[in-house]
Amino acid sequence: MILPLPYFIVIPLLAAFLISLISDEKDHWAIILSVASIISLLVISIAGFIHVIGDNIVYKLGGWDIPYTICLVMDSFTAFILITIHLIALTSIIYSISYIRHFSKSGKYYSLFLLLIAGMNGVVITGDIFNLFVFMEIALFSAYALVAYGNKAEQFEAAFKYAVMGSISSTIILIGIGITYSAFSTLTMADIANQVESVDSGIVTWLRCIFAVGFGLKAAIIPFHAWLPDAHSSAPAPISSMLSGVLIKALGIYVIIRLFFNVFGAPQIFLHAFRILGSISILIGVLLARYQWDLKRLLAYHSISQIGYIMLGIGIGSYLGILGAVFHLLNHAIFKGLLFYNAGSVEMAVGTRDLRQMGDLKGKLPTTTGTSMIASFSISGLPPFNGFFSKLILIYAAVQVGYFIHAGIAVIGSFLTLSSFLKVQKYGFLGGTEPELTETKISTSMKSAMIILTIMCLLTSIIIIPGIREYILRPVVYDIMSKAEYIKLVLGG
Amino acid sequence: MIVYILCFILFLVGVYGVLTKKDLIKIILALSIMEYSANLFLILFAYKSGGGMPILSKGEKIQGMVDPLPQALVLTSIVIELGITAMLVAFAIRLYQKYETFDITKIRRLSG
Repeated sequence: MILPLPYFIVIPLLAAFLISLISDEKDHWAIILSVASIISLLVISIAGFIHVIGDNIVYKLGGWDIPYTICLVMDSFTAFILITIHLIALTSIIYSISYIRHFSKSGKYYSLFLLLIAGMNGVVITGDIFNLFVFMEIALFSAYALVAYGNKAEQFEAAFKYAVMGSISSTIILIGIGITYSAFSTLTMADIANQVESVDSGIVTWLRCIFAVGFGLKAAIIPFHAWLPDAHSSAPAPISSMLSGVLIKALGIYVIIRLFFNVFGAPQIFLHAFRILGSISILIGVLLARYQWDLKRLLAYHSISQIGYIMLGIGIGSYLGILGAVFHLLNHAIFKGLLFYNAGSVEMAVGTRDLRQMGDLKGKLPTTTGTSMIASFSISGLPPFNGFFSKLILIYAAVQVGYFIHAGIAVIGSFLTLSSFLKVQKYGFLGGTEPELTETKISTSMKSAMIILTIMCLLTSIIIIPGIREYILRPVVYDIMSKAEYIKLVLGG
Repeated sequence: MIVYILCFILFLVGVYGVLTKKDLIKIILALSIMEYSANLFLILFAYKSGGGMPILSKGEKIQGMVDPLPQALVLTSIVIELGITAMLVAFAIRLYQKYETFDITKIRRLSG
């Protein structure tokens, strides 16, 4: 079977422009087209994941040879991220169907949404560093527009802030790409990886620093996190879940892992920095989240904290550490997506995001309350939900290599997360008086999106079972950890 | 070497503007300066003093040409920056309609 890699970019781009052509006042065709394209992409990425185990794929655009062409590369790690993106995107688009009609009934939203998907897919699948930059800008461009989609003053404010921060980090990355080209005379990532040993190590260290800062800004690790709470809390709920769930991972974490493990190599000092930044992110993110009363802002701060767990796993650098990081990446996408859907439903029903003005919702919004409880347990790491297992692996990995302080911080962070979400449950969903609802009925599409992700919260726990873990996570971690394999795949294939 | 330093100073001018200016339009301009310096940086890498234009005809040597690839990259990045700048200006216009000011110290409905 030959897997057509350009479809990951062609399908969403084509659908995005078709939607903007055919949709007028009604959005039926836009919904049908976008759901169909995302389902087909999900199917292709799952097929790709099964296919690439043991047999990775390289596609050369235009049929030119490797150093001259832009190549698309698919290994298990790429396929894993693609599945995560499309899983969240599918639920997000289902959720949007009724949610976004409260803002406007035009198809422009779906057009922008698919551009976001196209950009993220491009970033994940490309094997060329400048091509990565271009797709990153496509994704960010639609993200800026989508953050401001609700047409409120604070959303424009957040979008402006986000766009300025995004442009700064993009400029840093562009300079990094320029230095890379001048040092290596190539832009293909595998070719760069091949030549790293022969280039002056000082330049390579500088490049590592520049890319760590540039993509760290995209991933919102702690010194670079200032834009995230505004942007993620102001966006419409399905977009918040896309941004928090997958955008910061596809643009930040994925590229950091790819560049540091497969291209430039990760010396101990950088892993050490990742460990420290990850630990700081875990603590500060959760501490800032504890004092928030705006539900979506609280969730956005928790994103910083959970990204810290992933960075900690990357920084540990052992097999188990990276396995935990990759597993937590999937889990965080699922439960954080679900939590943002809950917040969106509550905002729509009660008309506020302030936890103090919510109250006893379990009688009036049973689905939202139930799913939010499961998501809260998941993010705080209670068994048997998925968050417990990935955090357990991360903590175990830290103890195994002797980083007891980091393991301790991860445990404390987990407890603080639990206490923060007990507050959410107490004030927001279970305690107090029943508030007046502006809208009594949560529509079926929103309910079904929440229920799908709730089931996924439980279902992804089974990845931890040894037989399944070997089948799903081992090839991903293997692809991350073997730089020689990546070079051989692209250059020798 | 001096051109690289001047280019870096241009970059710092942009950073200074983004960090200190209080006016939305000035922030956008500073951001553009920053991006121009990045583009200039890429072009400088490709420049070769006395190099010809990179069109390969019969009997011409590749050694005497400037590298065309960074120029292609810069064209792409200029187009991207055009889009981003247009988007930022659109945001600034809408912010002006909502708040009736360009001053970022007065545009503070978000906490934090």
